Amino acid sequence: MSHYEAPIREPLILGDKSYHDISNDIAAPIEGKANKWWWAVFSIALIAFLWGIGAIAYTIGTGIGVWGLNNKINWAWDITNFVWWIGIGHAGTLISAVLLLFRQKWRMGINRSAEAMTIFAVFQAGLFPLIHMGRIWNGYWTMPIPNQFGSLWTNFNSPLLWDVFAISTYLSVSVVFWWTGLLPDFAMIRDRATKPFQKKIYSLLSFGWTGRAKDWQRFEEVSLVLAGLATPLVLSVHTIVSFDFATSVIPGWHSTVYPPYFVAGAVFSGFAMVQTLLIIMRKVSNLEEYITRLHIENMNKVILVTGGIVMVAYLSEFFVGWYSGSSYEDFTYLSIGAATGPYWWAFWALILCNGVFPQLLWIKKLRTNFTVSFIMAIIINIGMWFERFDIIVINLSRGHLPSTWTQFEPTFVDIGIFVGTIGFFFVLFLLYARTFPVVAQAEVKSILKSSGDGYKSRRDNK
Amino acid sequence: MSNKVIHAVFDDDDVLLEAVKNVREANHHIEEVYTPFPVHGLEKAMGIANTRIAITAFIYGLTGLGFAVWMMNFMMIEDWPQNIGGKPNFSYAENMPAFVPIMFELTVFFAAHLMVITFYMRSKIGPFVKASNPDPRTTDDKFLMEVSVEGDVNELTDLLNKSGAIETKVVETH
Repeated sequence: MSHYEAPIREPLILGDKSYHDISNDIAAPIEGKANKWWWAVFSIALIAFLWGIGAIAYTIGTGIGVWGLNNKINWAWDITNFVWWIGIGHAGTLISAVLLLFRQKWRMGINRSAEAMTIFAVFQAGLFPLIHMGRIWNGYWTMPIPNQFGSLWTNFNSPLLWDVFAISTYLSVSVVFWWTGLLPDFAMIRDRATKPFQKKIYSLLSFGWTGRAKDWQRFEEVSLVLAGLATPLVLSVHTIVSFDFATSVIPGWHSTVYPPYFVAGAVFSGFAMVQTLLIIMRKVSNLEEYITRLHIENMNKVILVTGGIVMVAYLSEFFVGWYSGSSYEDFTYLSIGAATGPYWWAFWALILCNGVFPQLLWIKKLRTNFTVSFIMAIIINIGMWFERFDIIVINLSRGHLPSTWTQFEPTFVDIGIFVGTIGFFFVLFLLYARTFPVVAQAEVKSILKSSGDGYKSRRDNK
Repeated sequence: MSNKVIHAVFDDDDVLLEAVKNVREANHHIEEVYTPFPVHGLEKAMGIANTRIAITAFIYGLTGLGFAVWMMNFMMIEDWPQNIGGKPNFSYAENMPAFVPIMFELTVFFAAHLMVITFYMRSKIGPFVKASNPDPRTTDDKFLMEVSVEGDVNELTDLLNKSGAIETKVVETH
């Protein structure tokens, strides 16, 4: 009984599927035509993207003076958005790498889309530091290139340079991990394609994958080792992002708890984004039998745990700041000063969206409900944006010298770029959903006999 | 050496595994097995040695680590030492804590990319490579075993059919 699985475990693939059914279901969105809804959402996303391009072009042409930044608040929406997007990316790697190491079979229904989301989110994240340079055409100075190219050697003591290395490693390794996993699925689409153009494209994409026994052996080993490499990598990325703040001497930023707290927050927000995307996608692409209530519930459990870690970090930051007795700590983003000051709304948005509302997921009825899960995911996405906004803007607005205290007002360009990245993200994701095998069908087939509903019920009722 | 092979198609992974064992017990040589997904225990049943790709990843990782140390030592200590934040770069060891993040990142970067490139080269996959699976159904739901014919064709065909093959085909190889 090599395929035995305890009857108490709920099936991960619903319906009585055969291997061929799985191929059909995964290929259907690629071979079919897009419906009205797809075009409607795609058009909106494309318009937002174009607006964003306009705002970026205006920024580059005129200078970052067109943003709402001022003398004191010299980082604001741009870095908020950067950290928000990069954090969202973390869930994909967590699902594909960490859950692979823990041998969690439920990751197979969702890993492909989660990784796609990672890559698209990191694209958005990478845009912000680039345009924030002001002179984007000198962006290559962040690379370690000889002095003749116009810069000194890069400064390897700087967390901002660590970011360059961390994010480019993260992006490139994620792409390679994703693509290697896609090869057998592209090959499946290639071998069943009837239109010559489609066949040509998928032949190219599948890199000539054939599924030989030795290739599969290497494939599995490579996946395992990549997972083992990606796990510390993903932890390092948000750790290094948190160093941008933690190695400074700004009150509220200079905090040793930042790395683990940022990583937990990143996974928290990332799972919320996976939830947002997949609850829609399972409906639109008819994948309800592969992305089941159980997947959603499991993700909600991860959200609950990481949300709990984040909440404990908030409380400890709040307590330690207060307990230090330092008057500067009275106005950091987690303090009485912040809760009652001009940014009270941002403070309470953070506490309510990240700390209070997610606690409802302790109730099984709510965390297994699709509508509640979807709304909760949106709330968490908003809350995690506010977390980064609070860390950056509230802390900078209340510095060491009270006469420099100020507020931040975003301009239409700030808003335009942010909305533009959301548009760009959805443009990429919607194109992906129409052209890529959105479920790792080869992996799902390998667990069909142990975790498929049909096989399971036949075995258990024997 | 004969230049004929039999392509036997199976529609179930468990049947395939049994068949592989039967064919090997009868002292036939299995050239290749094509499967739509990784069948656990197949490489053991076929007698394929363990892959050493993880070892290469380790070596590539060490290379990346070494490269990172060499690069930062050259740029920050030897070629253009700077006093940054009151922390003069006299020696690599004293400044090492600040260099750890990039030592780590380059270790991962080298290990991951070079391992995947090694995988693609060893398995002969990559952009513009044409697929060579003999039957397009092997990426969907069928399993194909390629057995070289030595001696009686009919005997081998019988064995394969008895082991659960749904189709068998004799193919000339060149």
